[in-house]
Amino acid sequence: MSDVTLASHAAVRPARKGVSRGALSRLGLGAGLAWLGLAGATALLPEAGDFERTQDFAAIAGVIGFAIAAATLLGLRSSGLARRLRYGAPWLVALALFFLVWELVTAKYQRLPMPFFPPPQAILEVFLDDGARLADSVWHSLLLLVVGYAVGATLGFVLGVAVGWSVLVGYWAHPILRFVGPLPATAWLPIAFFIFPSSWSASTALIALATAFPVTVLTWSGIASVNKGFYDVARTLGAKQSFLILRVAIPAALPHVFVGLFMGLSGSFAVLVVAEMLGVKSGLGWYLQWAQGWAAYANMYAALIVMAVLCSSLITGLFRLRAYLLSWQKGLVQW
Amino acid sequence: MVAAALRAEESARGVGLDVAHVSHAFDLKGVSLPVLDNVSFRVEPGAFVALLGPSGCGKSTLLRLLAGLDAPSAGTVSVDGAGVQGPDPAHVLVFQDPTLFPWRSVARNVALGLEARGLLKTQRYKVAEALELVGLSAFADALPHQLSGGMAQRVALARALVNEPRLFLMDEPLGKLDALTRITMQAELVKLWQRSGFTALLVTHDVEEALMLAQRLIVFSDRPARVRTTFVVDRPYPRHRDDPHLVALRREVLTLLGVEGGS
Repeated sequence: MSDVTLASHAAVRPARKGVSRGALSRLGLGAGLAWLGLAGATALLPEAGDFERTQDFAAIAGVIGFAIAAATLLGLRSSGLARRLRYGAPWLVALALFFLVWELVTAKYQRLPMPFFPPPQAILEVFLDDGARLADSVWHSLLLLVVGYAVGATLGFVLGVAVGWSVLVGYWAHPILRFVGPLPATAWLPIAFFIFPSSWSASTALIALATAFPVTVLTWSGIASVNKGFYDVARTLGAKQSFLILRVAIPAALPHVFVGLFMGLSGSFAVLVVAEMLGVKSGLGWYLQWAQGWAAYANMYAALIVMAVLCSSLITGLFRLRAYLLSWQKGLVQW
Repeated sequence: MVAAALRAEESARGVGLDVAHVSHAFDLKGVSLPVLDNVSFRVEPGAFVALLGPSGCGKSTLLRLLAGLDAPSAGTVSVDGAGVQGPDPAHVLVFQDPTLFPWRSVARNVALGLEARGLLKTQRYKVAEALELVGLSAFADALPHQLSGGMAQRVALARALVNEPRLFLMDEPLGKLDALTRITMQAELVKLWQRSGFTALLVTHDVEEALMLAQRLIVFSDRPARVRTTFVVDRPYPRHRDDPHLVALRREVLTLLGVEGGS
């Protein structure tokens, strides 16, 4: 429960001292060629539909291909770049193949039903032509999420510490937490939209709620599981109550708190998207809903990709924060 | 200057300890479990006394009462004539487990007592002094999980010494160390005590350790603990394990504790 166990490949595998030049040039040039092949196939094969950005997509693939090839040649001199290339080359090849297959079964030979499965250049088109609206959606989603998450995480943390520390608070908070906590925050949505003055404040509150529950419970369990010897040591050395809470209980509980923060973040993503689909008139969830209304499937995929990048970045940020604050722990998972 | 010097001298001196008719019981799900039964003894200022008894007899509980972590069910514990009301920074307790805070570096663990009392800004130099004393200056920035068991226990000692204890309570502080580290640390404890002049109380179930360190042995019975008898160990320091006087005493104590043959 206390730690996510994802073995990172790079961390587990012992670092290789040198990369042989032959292997590197084979791998790197192979990846470069794969991307150039993708560029050629996209540019030259006849298309079944009419796509505006086919040549742009081909050009981008070509630039990537040349960049990989150039990096390979440079990598023969710089060992750092060589190691990264060697590690990433199989993925680069796989990505090129993925795009090629996607390109072939959609734009070129139409093996997939067309409006539902747009080719890569159609998604590129969305990014290029509807980028402003997407960026605006990202901004609004981020605003909603950050405010709601910050409020929820702060409240959850403070409540968790209070419940873990004070018998009185625990007595009153425990039954409420048990009764209300497991309810999915989205279930409150219809009520929240008429209780709160605006759909934005309602969504903020729900995101805060979705975040606060796991953060409260895990902070509480973290505080409850602190080694009692820490308190004895601190007390014999002259610690007052505030020192016991701030300098003993909270630092000791922090690993648990972070598990709660991760759970809260995943939960808040779900509430964000649902809230934006059902009430808030902006953001990525709204964009998805809007694109579906117009049967603009390329826009939906584009929004999904942006959403994945956004969520992944936020999780990465949280991992970084944890790595910084909990650097004293042994065997921390790298994200 | 004179006043400061006098004060320093005074604070360096150990306290006198008076345990009078102390009884204590734990409440286990409504059942009262007596652990101490009418325990009385005195410790003169600056003495080194070992509390010896079978495992789980209540010695550790007694130490917690002396440290002010718990209050006795009956009887009084007083230090220099004043009743113990609660923990006092000058009465430190070293546990069997080093209980270092894993999120703090060695130096910040040692600084704990100063920080808790808001003295860190003015007396930070004491951290370096304490680390020097236990020979761990080079490890000031290490994290607890990087230390061996012996090193961790030294850090725990340094953390206690930073508070300039006048009463040094030790609950089997060397219990978990390997035999060699243990012998070294025993010698270091004696040196620390001789240099600092605190009153030392060592809880142990190791007769040899008690004989190597203490001037007096108080032997406890099984739970609930009562004082069975007291041995005076009138030998100079540094002591030697094969000192015939100590060997004879050891046999005597072991026989009293019911260990056949005593060797």
